[in-house]
Amino acid sequence: MYWLAEKIPFELDGKPVSAKTGETILQVARRHGIEIPHLCYRDGLRADGNCRACMVEIEGERVLAPSCCRQPKPAMKISTASVRALAAQKMVLELLLADMPGQAYTRTSELDAWARRLNVGKPRFAPRPQPAADATHPAIAVNLDACIQCTRCLRACREEQVNDVIGYAFRGGRSKIVFDLDDALGTSSCVACGECVQACPTGALMPARGAGMQEADAKVDSVCPYCGVGCQLTYHIGQDRILHVEGRDGPANHGRLCVKGRYGFDYVHSAQRLTRPLIRLPGAPKAKDFTVDPDNWREVFREASWDEALDLAASRFRDLRDTVGPHALAGFGSAKCSNEEAYLFQKLVRTGFGTNNVDHCTRLCHASSVAALLEGVGSAAVSNQVNDVLNAEVIFLIGANPTVNHPVAATWFKNAARRGTKLIVADPRRTELARHATRFLQFRADTDVALLNAMMHAIVEEGLVDQDFIVRRTIGFDDLRRSIQGYSPEAMAPICGIDAQTIRAVARLYADSRASMIFWGMGISQHTHGTDNARCLISLALMTGQIGRPGTGLHPLRGQNNVQGASDAGLVPMVFPDYQRVDDDAIRARFEQLWGRTLDPRPGLTVVEIMHAARRREIRGMLIMGENPAMSDPDLEHAREALASLEWLVVQDIFLTETAYLADVILPASAWPEKTGTVTNTDRMVQLGRRALPLPGEARQDLWIIQQLARRLGLEWNYRGPDSGVREVFDEMRGTMPSIAGIGWERLEREGAVTYPCLHEGDPGQPVVFGERFPTPSGKGRFMPVDIIPAAERPNDFYPMVLITGRALEHWHTGTMTRRAPMLDAIEPEPTASLHPLDLARLRINPGEPMTVESRRGSITLYARADEAMPRSAVFVPFCFYEAAANLLTSPALDPFAKIPEFKYCAVRVFRGGEVKPADFYGGGGALQADNTR
Amino acid sequence: MPVIVRADEAEGLSSPQDAETRPARRKRGYTKGRQVDAAALAEVRALLGAAPHRRDLLLEFLHVIQDRYGHLAARHLVALAHEMKLAPVEVFEVASFYHHLDIVENGGTPPPSITVRVCDSLTCELFGAHALADQISASLAPAVRVQKVACVGRCDTAPVAIVGDRPVPHASSEKVVALVQEGDTRAIMPQGCLDYAAYRADGGYRLLQDCVEGRRSVDQVISALDEAGLRGLGGAGFPAARKWRTVRGFAGPRLVAVNVDEGEPGTFKDRFYLERDPHRMIEGMLLAAWAVEARAVYVYTRDEYPECREILRREVAALRSQPPCALPEIHLRRGAGAYICGEESAMIESIEGKRGMPRLRPPYVAEVGLFGRPTLEHNGETLHWLRDILERGPAWYAGHGRRGRNGLRSYSVSGRVAKPGVVLAPAGVSARELIDEFCGGMLAGHAFYAYLPGGASGGILPASLGDLPLDFDVLSEYGCFLGSAAIIVLSEQDRARAAAGNIMDFFAAESCGKCTPCRVGTAKAAQLMREPRWNRALLDELSQTMADASICGLGQAAPNPIRSVIRFFPHEIE
Repeated sequence: MYWLAEKIPFELDGKPVSAKTGETILQVARRHGIEIPHLCYRDGLRADGNCRACMVEIEGERVLAPSCCRQPKPAMKISTASVRALAAQKMVLELLLADMPGQAYTRTSELDAWARRLNVGKPRFAPRPQPAADATHPAIAVNLDACIQCTRCLRACREEQVNDVIGYAFRGGRSKIVFDLDDALGTSSCVACGECVQACPTGALMPARGAGMQEADAKVDSVCPYCGVGCQLTYHIGQDRILHVEGRDGPANHGRLCVKGRYGFDYVHSAQRLTRPLIRLPGAPKAKDFTVDPDNWREVFREASWDEALDLAASRFRDLRDTVGPHALAGFGSAKCSNEEAYLFQKLVRTGFGTNNVDHCTRLCHASSVAALLEGVGSAAVSNQVNDVLNAEVIFLIGANPTVNHPVAATWFKNAARRGTKLIVADPRRTELARHATRFLQFRADTDVALLNAMMHAIVEEGLVDQDFIVRRTIGFDDLRRSIQGYSPEAMAPICGIDAQTIRAVARLYADSRASMIFWGMGISQHTHGTDNARCLISLALMTGQIGRPGTGLHPLRGQNNVQGASDAGLVPMVFPDYQRVDDDAIRARFEQLWGRTLDPRPGLTVVEIMHAARRREIRGMLIMGENPAMSDPDLEHAREALASLEWLVVQDIFLTETAYLADVILPASAWPEKTGTVTNTDRMVQLGRRALPLPGEARQDLWIIQQLARRLGLEWNYRGPDSGVREVFDEMRGTMPSIAGIGWERLEREGAVTYPCLHEGDPGQPVVFGERFPTPSGKGRFMPVDIIPAAERPNDFYPMVLITGRALEHWHTGTMTRRAPMLDAIEPEPTASLHPLDLARLRINPGEPMTVESRRGSITLYARADEAMPRSAVFVPFCFYEAAANLLTSPALDPFAKIPEFKYCAVRVFRGGEVKPADFYGGGGALQADNTR
Repeated sequence: MPVIVRADEAEGLSSPQDAETRPARRKRGYTKGRQVDAAALAEVRALLGAAPHRRDLLLEFLHVIQDRYGHLAARHLVALAHEMKLAPVEVFEVASFYHHLDIVENGGTPPPSITVRVCDSLTCELFGAHALADQISASLAPAVRVQKVACVGRCDTAPVAIVGDRPVPHASSEKVVALVQEGDTRAIMPQGCLDYAAYRADGGYRLLQDCVEGRRSVDQVISALDEAGLRGLGGAGFPAARKWRTVRGFAGPRLVAVNVDEGEPGTFKDRFYLERDPHRMIEGMLLAAWAVEARAVYVYTRDEYPECREILRREVAALRSQPPCALPEIHLRRGAGAYICGEESAMIESIEGKRGMPRLRPPYVAEVGLFGRPTLEHNGETLHWLRDILERGPAWYAGHGRRGRNGLRSYSVSGRVAKPGVVLAPAGVSARELIDEFCGGMLAGHAFYAYLPGGASGGILPASLGDLPLDFDVLSEYGCFLGSAAIIVLSEQDRARAAAGNIMDFFAAESCGKCTPCRVGTAKAAQLMREPRWNRALLDELSQTMADASICGLGQAAPNPIRSVIRFFPHEIE
C-alpha cells in the first residue's frame, strides 16, 4: 500500500533522516542510535507522554515536544540534545530523583540508569513526604515511595491486560497510583497477573520479598507450563532456583502472563518433590479411601534404586502382557508433558504393551469437541488463532471463562472489545468478560442445544444464511433445516431462559457481520450432549460461511499447555500420531514398518472406559505418566476403587499424587523447567521449552524413564543426544506427522514457535485453515442436526441444586502443582463453593461459613462464597482441592459419542455446616507463612 | 482549634499511615475486591432512573449521588461502577479528582451537612481570608465543615465565603455564623436577569433565524468576525474566525463546546454576563453551531456557579419550549471543583466523564476534540459578543481601542482599588487608567505598587509598568500575558513574593498531576519560594523546564510569577 511505504524526510540533530508513517521521533532516533531518555514510554504500551524526560526541541515551536508522542513532519528540524532540550531532560530526571527513597527495590531502575547516563548529580530539591509501603499482597510488593507516576502500570493493567484494578487517583501533588478504591493491594480485586510489575521502571511494584533484588546468573527462555494459551516466558535463575519469571514476546502472549505463569513457578522447589524411586511395601493395602500425606509415605513405600524400580516396574508389565494379554494393560499419558514424551509414551504402550489402550485427559475436556469437529470439518484443531479476534467483527464466546482458565487469551478478547469488536458472551455464570460484552446471555445450564438451535432457526428464517457457501462448501444442510424447524426462538426462550428477541438479535449479529469467530470451552464440551453442543456451533459457522477467513472460524479453547500436542502425537486410543486411524490397514502397516512391531488394529479404550474395565479387572496393569485420575476423574469413589483394584500400577510423577499413592512403583520424574521439549498450544503453535534447572535428587527426565521402561519391555530404542535424546525423538515424530513435517528443530530454536500445518521446510505455517476445502473425504463441511437431550442427572426434590465444576484462577487442575506454589496458595488457600447470595440467604449460610455439598455419590464440606455472578440454584466448585474434592460428587455419565463425562452438571443438595477437612499436607496458605518465619 | 484543611488536602479513603507489612488474608466468603452492596445498588438505580448509563455521564451521576446523600459512600461508588459496567477504580479515580466530591469509606463519618468554603486565592487573601477562615472555624467547626478553596469568582466582593451554595460577599465571621444559624444555604438567584421572552422582545434570536434561514451566509459571518478582530476571551486569544474555519475544514460530525469553567483567580466576567444576559451567549453558541454545522453543543459550567447553572437550565428549557428555529442538541454539564478543567482539552475530558487531565497536542481540539470529533470550543464571553458584532457590524467592535489596539475587553478588576468589578473598556487600556478612570482610584490609604495583568497565570508587573497597554500579545516581552483579563491590583502594603507564593500554592494544588514538570515542579517551586532568600539559579532552571516541558498552559505559565518576582521585585527576595 502506498501510505505504508511513505517516508517523511526531516532533520535530526543536524543529519537528514526519514521516518516511516506513524513512527515517532523517539523511534526514529533509536533507529539511528540516538538515545533520548524516556520513562513513561515502553514498547507495547500506548505512549502517554507524561514523564517529559524525552523532550526534544523542534525548530520554530514555542515549547519542547515529547519525542515519544510526536511524529515528525516533513522538513522539521529536531534537536534531541540542544541546550534547552537537555536542560529539560535533566531537570525532569532530577525532579523525579529528588523524591526517590534511599532504599532501592530493583537492580534495574530506569530512572537511575538515565540519570547516570546524563550525569544528573545529587538532586537539589527536598524530597516529598513519602507514602507508606503496602506488603499486603503475597506476590507483589508495593513501594510507592519509588513511584514516578508514569502510569505504565496503569496502562499495563487497564489497556493491556484490561483487568482494571490500577488507577490514577486524586490530584496534583497528592495524585497517586491506587488499587480499586485506594485499597491495599492484598484486599483489592487484583488478579496478580503481574503485568504492572513487569511494566514498572523504578521498582515501585516488584515481586514480593525482595525477589527482584537477587541477581540472576542465567535467563532461560521457555513456555508457561499451565494452560493452552502457550505464553512464552523467561526464567530468571539464581543458584539453581527460579528467582522470578518474566513474560516474553511470544506470538500468543506478546509479553503478557497471568498469575499462574508469573507466580506459580516455585512448586518445582517444593520439599515434597519425589526424588527417589519408591516401591510399595509388601502387604501395604490399596483402598479407595485414603489420605495422602506426601511427607509421610514410609508406611506405604520404601526407597529403591532406579535399576530395581525400573526392573520391577517393567517385569510385571511383561508378565501381564505375556500371560493375560496386551489388553490387560493400559497407559495414561498427560497433556502436561511434552510432544516428545507424549509421542514416546503412546509408542511405548502400542509397541511395548501391544495395545491401543492409551489415552489422556483430553478425554475429560474436549473429546466431544474433537469428535464433532472431526465429523463436521475433518480436523479437530482450531481453525483460527486467538489473536485473530483483532480481525473479527463479532466474537461469540460460549461456555468458556477465559479470564480464569485462559487469562492471557481473555486479554485479547478484552482488547478487541475495547476496540469496538462486538463480544457476545453466553454462559450460565456471569463471568468477568460479561462486563466487556455487547450482549451477555445468562442462559440456563444444560440448554445449549436449545439456544443454539434457536439461533440457527432465526438465521434460516430471516434469510441470513450464506447460500453460496452452503452450496459450494457443505453437505447436509437440508436435513439440518428440517430438524431445526421446531426450534424457533419463541419456543426455545422459556427453555433456555433468554427472550426470543435477544436470541434473534444475537443470531443476526453473528450471521451478518463481516467476520464472526466462535470460541468455546468446557461449558460446551463437558456434557452428555457435549458432542451435540459442538455440532451446533459447527453448523452455525457453516450455514453463515463464518469460517475459512481471518477473523472467523471455530476455536475450542484448549485447556492444558499441551493438550493439542498430546492429542496430535497420538495419545488417543483410536489414532496414531496426526489422527491417523489405527483401524486403517494401510496406515497401520506404515506405522508397523516405522516402529518395527506388529500393531493392534482395534481402537483402545478411553479414560473412563479404562477405569470401568479396571474395576471389572479386565485392565490389570497401568502405566500413568503425569496424570492424576484419582482427582480428575468423575465419581472419584469409583475411579479410586478402580485404581486400587489394579494388580500393577506404575506412576511417574513429580509429586506423591492421589494416584501415585495407589501405585506399586513410583518413578520420580521431571518438572517442566527441568527438561527440554516442545508443546503445542491452542493456536496450533509448536513452541520450544528449554531446560532451566537441574533435576532434584535422583529424579529423572520423563523421556529417559520411558526409554528405560521400553528397553526393559524388549524395545531396542536408541535416541541419542542431550536431554534424553529429545531432538531425535522430535525428528522421528515429525517423520510420522505430515502436519508438522516442515518444523525443524533448528527453526524452533531460532523462532521459538511455529504454527502448523507446516508441510515443508520454510513453510510459514497456516494460522487460518479451511480457506478452500475441509480436510474431509468429500472436501466439504458436514451439517449434523441435533435434538435436545437433557442432562443425565436433573435436580429433584432430594437433590434440588445443580453442581457445576471447573477451575479457580490461581489453581491448575487438581492442584498438585499450584497448591504447592506458595504465592498461588496464599492467594487462594482454601476450598470454596460459590453460590448466589440469595441462595446462601435462603439456605441460611453466611458467606465464609462451612457448608456441605452432597450428591448421590459423595459429600464434601467447604467454605461458602457469595458470588452474585452465579445463577440461582447452582453451586460452583473448583476441583483442585484435595480436602474437598469436587469429583467425589460428579457424575460418570458419558457423552455417547466422545465418552466425555458430564462435569458441568449433576444434582446436589447443599446445607449449612459440616467440618472442612484441614489442608494438612500442602495448600491452606501455610507455605508462605512458613516461608516468612524461616 | 480544629485544623482547617484545604479542600484539595482532604483525606482519601484508606491512605494507610503505617506500612502494611503482612499479606492480607483473602476473605474466603467473597470474590476478590469490594462487593456490590444490593441496597446501594438499588439506591443508585433509583437515582439514575432510566437515563442511559453512558460513560460520559459519570461525573453527572456522581453529582446526583453527592447531591442526594451529601457525600459519595464507597458502597455507592462500587454500585455505580457495577451499574455502568465500569471497574470500581474507574469511578474512584474520577470522583477523587474533583474537590467538590466527598468520598467516604463505608462506615466512615460523612462530612457535616453544611460546608463553608472560604476563598483563599490572591484577592481574598489580601482581604484577610486566612484569618476569616480561622474565625469561622473557631465558631462553627466541627458541626460545620470549613474549607479553604481556590477562587470562587467573586473577587470584587473579597473576602468571600460560600455557605452551602450561598455566597457571602465581604464576608465576616459574624455574617457567616448568622447565615449558618438561619440555615438557608441555597444560592441566591440574581435579580434583573434578562429572560427568554425579554431577550426575544429585544430582537434576540433574529440574527440566528437570519443565519439558519439563509439570509446570512457562513462566509459572511466568519468574515465579519475576522474584520472585527474577535479573539478568544478565555485567555488564549486565538482569532475566532480562524478557529471556525479550521473546525469547518475537518469532516463532521462536529461539536461545539462552551467553556464556562471560569476558574482563573481574579476572573468573574463570564458569571457577570451570564447572570445578566444569558441568551446573548446562548444565541452566540447556536450561531457557532450553525456555522460549523455542529450536531450538538455542550456547555460546561463550573460547580462554583450554581446560579449560572440554574439560569442556563431555565433559559435553555424556555428556548427549547419555543425555539426560534431548529436547535442542535444542547447538553448542560457541571464541573466539580477543578481549575484545570478550564483548560480546553481538560474540559473535554471532564465532559467525557473523566479526570480533567489535559491532552497532548497535536492533535488539536479543532480536529480531535470532544468524543474524538472536530470540536469548536469557545469561552462563554467570546460567544456573548457575536450578536453585537454581527448586528452592529464589525467596525463597531473594532472601533474601540487605545494605544493602537482594537476591540473591547471585559477586565475583571479586583484587589486594592476603590470600585472593583467587571470593567468593559477599550482594548489596550492601561492598568493605571483602569484604576483611575474605571475603578475610582486606589482604596483609601493604599498606593499602587504592582498588578497582575492576567490572573494567577499572567505574571506580576510593577506599578512603574502601569502604563503598558493591556491586551493580547503585547505583554510577552515582560514575561506576562493578559489571559482572561483578570487584573489584580496590589498596593505598597502587599508583597509581590507573597502573591507569587499564594499563586504557586494554588498551582500545586490545582495541577492535574499528569506531567512531571508541573506536578513535581510546582510543589518543589512552592517549597523553594518559602525560603527567605530565593535560590534564584535553581528557580530559574526549574522555571525554564516547567515552561518548556509541561503538557498544558497551567504548568507552562506556572513559573511566570517566579520569573516576575526575580525580574521586577528582586529586593523582596534578597
